[in-house]
Amino acid sequence: MEIVYVYARRRCDFGRPCNFSDRPAELHVDVLPDPALAADFVRRDPCDVAVQCAQEMSEHEVNTERFESEARGINHVEGGWPKDINPQEMEQTIRFRKKVEKDENYLNTVMQLGTLMEHCIKQNNAIDIYQEYFEDEEEMVDSRERPSAKTINVFRDPNEVKRTATSLSWHPDGSRKLAIAYSCLEFQRAAKNMSFDSYIWDIENPSCPEMTLKPASPLVCLEYNPKDSHILLGGSYNGQIGYWDTRKGSQPVETSAIEHGHRDPVYKAIWLQSKTGTDTFSASTDGQVLWWDIRKMSEPTERLVLDLGRKGNLDNALGAISLEFESTMPTKFMVGTEQGLVVSCNRKAKTPAEKIVCTYSGHHGPIYALQRNPFFPKNFLTVADWTARIWSEDIKESSIMWTKYHMSYLMDGCWSPVRPSVFFTVKMDGTLDVWDYLFKHNDPTLSLKVCDEGLFSLRVQDSGALLACGSQLGTATLLEVSPDLSTMQRNEKALATAMFERETKREKILEARQREMRVKERSRSEQSKEDEGRDTDAGDESAEQLLARAERDFFEIVGAELKKRELEAGQEQIGAEELAGYFLTSYQANGPGCQ
Amino acid sequence: MNWSFETLKRIQTQKGVQGIIIVTAEGIPIRSTLDNASTVQYAGLIQQLVMKARVTVREMDPQNDLTFLRIRSKKNEIMIAPDKDYFLIVIQNPTD
Repeated sequence: MEIVYVYARRRCDFGRPCNFSDRPAELHVDVLPDPALAADFVRRDPCDVAVQCAQEMSEHEVNTERFESEARGINHVEGGWPKDINPQEMEQTIRFRKKVEKDENYLNTVMQLGTLMEHCIKQNNAIDIYQEYFEDEEEMVDSRERPSAKTINVFRDPNEVKRTATSLSWHPDGSRKLAIAYSCLEFQRAAKNMSFDSYIWDIENPSCPEMTLKPASPLVCLEYNPKDSHILLGGSYNGQIGYWDTRKGSQPVETSAIEHGHRDPVYKAIWLQSKTGTDTFSASTDGQVLWWDIRKMSEPTERLVLDLGRKGNLDNALGAISLEFESTMPTKFMVGTEQGLVVSCNRKAKTPAEKIVCTYSGHHGPIYALQRNPFFPKNFLTVADWTARIWSEDIKESSIMWTKYHMSYLMDGCWSPVRPSVFFTVKMDGTLDVWDYLFKHNDPTLSLKVCDEGLFSLRVQDSGALLACGSQLGTATLLEVSPDLSTMQRNEKALATAMFERETKREKILEARQREMRVKERSRSEQSKEDEGRDTDAGDESAEQLLARAERDFFEIVGAELKKRELEAGQEQIGAEELAGYFLTSYQANGPGCQ
Repeated sequence: MNWSFETLKRIQTQKGVQGIIIVTAEGIPIRSTLDNASTVQYAGLIQQLVMKARVTVREMDPQNDLTFLRIRSKKNEIMIAPDKDYFLIVIQNPTD
């Protein structure tokens, strides 16, 4: 191919024709080295230079516009029949069939196919060619692959104004569906046009929710009924409890009356185990735990006020943030409070005063999550402030195991339903931590940054492999954990039991020792009181006396300092100007920075 | 003497056979030992599957043609013997 470039110019625009000639080289510029310039440079030895012989590539991310797809069914009728025959008419179809059966072609074909088919059937009956030979032997999973988790799907809040995904609940059988409750928990920050809806998503279809639930006020918590997978219980921001039936539509079937419900948002509502499968209870920061029967939502069936003084006084009550109920221990339940205490209660107590059995203290902030270990019900996990702690029911003074203090708030946590030593937590900085304390105590086994905003809620599916976490902007992420975190290892139960026992024993010993020391202190202080009877110094000072003493000391010190300065100024025998100058310098020296 | 009936009876007496359907190439069931609803469902679905399988085999090698199709599932095995105009479908529970 000829490469030709043609341009045209006027003859007078062309310069003079070129005249080439030979001549020797001419030196135009000669820059001599100037050693003085070397002073501006520092010698660097050795130099690190990276060289790579590879193609230069750049990375770009492209994301297509999100499109909404909907699956719809099509109704079609039986087809294939020839034009003159109406498939609904029995007579015509029978006649057609009889006609075909008389056809010679048909007979031959059927004979042929029949022999072929018989051969295969007999083959099947003779030997099962798909027989599994080594079924009994267990797979030796010895692959030391690192634990990992990957995101499978992300469900975004379809509304304009994003709300926090405060609670998640998996569908009880099959777990193909996930119910998410959305609300804005920040006090009075909810935008005016914020939608109140909560959604049920099908995990295969993240583009649009499968069903909407429309409460009167945004839902703070949502739970599927473990016995009946069509019923969901929701607690809302205005203190009402409602239940939905997915077969009956988006409106709640029944909600509690506002006067009898809670006075604060219902932070947690759980289904109870009962013969009718309709009992639930709920907790809220107004200090009450209410029991409901969903058939009659107008009034709670029972009420408990979380007053530690056991007087039923609402003003003294602790606000409840989380509830725990294990169906294997139906008489006991636990409440996690805003004040950082876990209150263990007995359901079957006769008087309300006896309902509260004991408390466990140790946290500094509200207890956002509380769950018993599914394999060891005597131990439970609490997630609050900046730590997660594991407790044993017998030790009330402190937890038996705890994580270090993290940089951001821990918002939710739960045990893995398949492995007794694994639990998950989520934090306000958007990370999900997987802890396996048979593997490592100090740090999480796996720490994943799921999103930029804070994560508020977390729920593991019953199989142990899938987990969903909800964030502040309403995005729920579905993650799958690697198989070694979701299958039970050999001896795991025995090892976990041994570990729990060891830690419990340690705490018991520590507790006993502390008690001893306290007793000793007390006896010692009693003795010293007898010896030094009247000495009231530093021993029995009241607050006022302490204050007076502090004031006195302070003024003494200030007075002494002032006097010292006057002396210094007065001792100098100098003229007024120099005095002024001295004052200035002395002021600068001893002035604002003076301590 | 309609030998087709004999053939079908013989197949039916084999061990593990749950049902037999004979379908035309358009998907009209001619004879079946199952109830109507299942028959229609099988006929419709399998006809499409056989078409697809045949096209697949033919595309790989135009001289080739589909002679038999077996679908083994957890609960049973569906065997399909296709012909130009008719299919013979047998559902069997294999020995295990």
